[in-house]
Amino acid sequence: MRPSLMKQVEELRGVNSVKIKEASEQGKKVVGTYCVFSPHEIAMAADAIPVTLCGTKEEPIAAAEEKLPRNLCPLIKSSYGFAVTDTCPYFYFSDVLLAETTCDGKKKMYELMGEIKPMHVMNLPQQGEGEENLKFWETEMKRFKSFLEESFDRKITDEDLKAAIKLGNRERQVMKDLHELNRVKPAPLSGKDMMMAQWLKGFNVDKEAGIHLIEDLITETRDMIKEGKSPYTTETPRILLTGVPIGAGSEKVLEILEESGASVVALENCTGYKGLDRMIDEEKEPMKAISEKYLSTPCSCMTPNNSRLDLLSRLAKDYQVDGVVDLTWQACHTYNIESYQVGKFVKEELKMPFIQIETDYSNSDRGQIKVRVEAFLEQIQGEY
Amino acid sequence: MQTLSMGIDIGSVATKGVLLNQDHEILDKVLLPTGWSPKKTGEAVYRLILEKKRLMADSTLDPRSSMNPRVVVTGYGRVVTDFATKAVTEITCHGKGAQILHPKTRTVIDIGGQDSKVIHLSEKGKVLDFLMNDKCAAGTGRFMEVMSTSLGVEVGELSALAEGYKARKINNMCTVFAESEVISLLAEGAAKGEIARGIINSTAQKAAVMLKRMGIQEEVFLTGGVSQSPLFRKALEEELNISVYFRQEAQFVGALGAAAIGLDIKG
Ligand code: SF4
Ligand code: SF4
Repeated sequence: MRPSLMKQVEELRGVNSVKIKEASEQGKKVVGTYCVFSPHEIAMAADAIPVTLCGTKEEPIAAAEEKLPRNLCPLIKSSYGFAVTDTCPYFYFSDVLLAETTCDGKKKMYELMGEIKPMHVMNLPQQGEGEENLKFWETEMKRFKSFLEESFDRKITDEDLKAAIKLGNRERQVMKDLHELNRVKPAPLSGKDMMMAQWLKGFNVDKEAGIHLIEDLITETRDMIKEGKSPYTTETPRILLTGVPIGAGSEKVLEILEESGASVVALENCTGYKGLDRMIDEEKEPMKAISEKYLSTPCSCMTPNNSRLDLLSRLAKDYQVDGVVDLTWQACHTYNIESYQVGKFVKEELKMPFIQIETDYSNSDRGQIKVRVEAFLEQIQGEY
Repeated sequence: MQTLSMGIDIGSVATKGVLLNQDHEILDKVLLPTGWSPKKTGEAVYRLILEKKRLMADSTLDPRSSMNPRVVVTGYGRVVTDFATKAVTEITCHGKGAQILHPKTRTVIDIGGQDSKVIHLSEKGKVLDFLMNDKCAAGTGRFMEVMSTSLGVEVGELSALAEGYKARKINNMCTVFAESEVISLLAEGAAKGEIARGIINSTAQKAAVMLKRMGIQEEVFLTGGVSQSPLFRKALEEELNISVYFRQEAQFVGALGAAAIGLDIKG
C-alpha cells in the first residue's frame, strides 16, 4: 500500500539535478549548504537557490580518507568525499558554500573544503538559550547577508526577506503536515517513504513545484486513510527514530527496522521533523525572527540540549509511539554521548523501551543490527 | 499425547538443542560444534534429538507433523533453517531460559564466543532492556581465546593454569595490543599462571563495566562458556561486590529458553 505519487517524489532528485543545471546556466546563483542551521531564507531573499549538498552515501568515503582520518563520522567523510571527487551535481553548480561551526569534525573538515570553493562560515553559538547568544547569532546572520550581497552584487531588502520567510514557512508547513499524517494508527506512510519525501526537500530547486507535489501527496494519503489503507496493522510496533540525519544511502537502520516488522512513524532527526517544529515568526523584524528560529534547533551540538528531550516527549505522545531508537554515527561524539541522557529520559520519564544503535554507512554490520532490532521488537511486543 | 517442544541455539561456536515437556522438564540435550555450516549442524541437532527420542515416526522433518515437536531456533543461525516453527532472537531466549533455571534472575550477563550481552528481566522473565557488544572482542570469549593461544593453551585450560597464582595486570583492552602485551610479559619472565589470571581478571573487568552501564539488578545470572571458570566468577564478583549465580548447564540457557517459547506458541 503506497501512494502512487511517491514515484514522482522519488524522481525529484533526478529532475532537480537537471533543473539546477538549467537555472545555473540562466545565471541563477546557487548556495550550497549542509546543515539544518543554514538560513535558506537569506539565500532565497538574494534571489539565489539554496540546496542541501550530498553527504549520505558511502561511495566517496574512500576518496575522503586520503585526507581525513578514518575514525571520523561518515557524514563528514561522505560530504567531503562528494566535494573532492566532484560527484555531487549540486556541489558542482554551487556558487558559494555556507557552513556553520557545529561539531568539531565538521568545522575542521570545512577548512579543507573551503579550499575547493568559496565558503562562508557562520559562527554558531554553542548554547541555544540566552539573550546574548541570540544577539551574537543575529550578528552572524547579518554577516552572512552582507556576504551574499557582496558575492552576488545585490541588495537584500526587508521585503525580500519577508517574502522568503513566507515561502520558507509554507514549505515547512507542508512538510510538517505530511509528517503529521503518520500520527494515525496504523500509519499510512512507511518510514522509508516519509524519510525520502522529507530528505528531498533539501534538493528542491523549484520550491512552488515541490510544495504542490507534497500537497497532492497529502491529499492522496488522506484518501488512503479514509479508506483505511495502510502498509501496517494496528498491532505493528510504532517506532520513533531519533539521532543523526539520514538520507538515501544512509537509511540502513530505518530499512532494517521496517524489514523486521516495525513502522517508523516519526523521524526526530534534522532530515525529518527537527527543522519543521518551529516556523519563522512573520510578525517580527525579519533578521531577528530568522535568528530565533534557527538558534532554537535542538541539535546535539548545543549544550545543554534539553529541547530535544521536550521534542521527543511530544512526538512520542502525538504519534502513539511504542519505542524509541536512537541512531548515532560512529565517531560522532555529541550524539553518542547524548544518547545516554536520551536513553535515561525515554526509559525513566516516558517509560518506553529504548535502544541506541551505533553504526556507519557500510553494510558489514547488517546482521548484528538485525539481532538488536529484532530483539528490541520482541521486547516491545512482549509476547514471550 | 503430551506436548513437546525443542529449542535449538545455533551459535557461532556450538549448536545446542534442548527438548522440553509442558512442565519445563528437560528430556534431552545435545551439543555439537557448529562448524562451517550452521544450517547442516542445526538440522543434525534436530534429527539427533528426534531419533534418540524415537519421535520421528514418519521420519519427516516437518514440525507441523503431529508426531514432531515444535521447534524454535535462535542464535546467529536462526535465519538459515527450514524446519523451524519460529525464529526468536538469542536475547529473548536467553532471558526466558535464565528465568526458568533461576526464577529470581533480574540481570543476565552472557559472555559468548563472539559477543557479550546484558539483559534486564521482569519478574515474569520478560526482557525489559538489553545491551549487546559484538563489535569488539574485548570482554568476550574471543578475547580469552586469543590470549590463551598466545600462552600456548586451550581456552578451557586457562582457569586451571591460573589457579594459585596472583594476577599480572593486563592493561590493554584491545585484543591486538593485549596479545603483544602478553608476549612481552612472557619475555620478561612472568609465570604463565600469573598472566592467565590477569587475562581472566581483565575479561571480568570489561564485563563488569558493561553490567554497570546497564545498572545491576539482583540477582545476576552469569551464562556462556566462561561461567564455568571459578576464577572468572570470583573476579566478576569482586568487581561487582555482589554474588553471581551460575549453573553447570549455562551453555544451554538459550536453547532452553527457545524450547520454552515453543510451548507458549498457540496452535
Ligand atoms: S545533526 Fe546537527 S550539526 Fe548535524 S546536520 Fe543536523 S543540525 Fe547540523
Ligand atoms: S552526525 Fe555528529 S559528527 Fe557527524 S556531522 Fe552530525 S554532529 Fe557532526
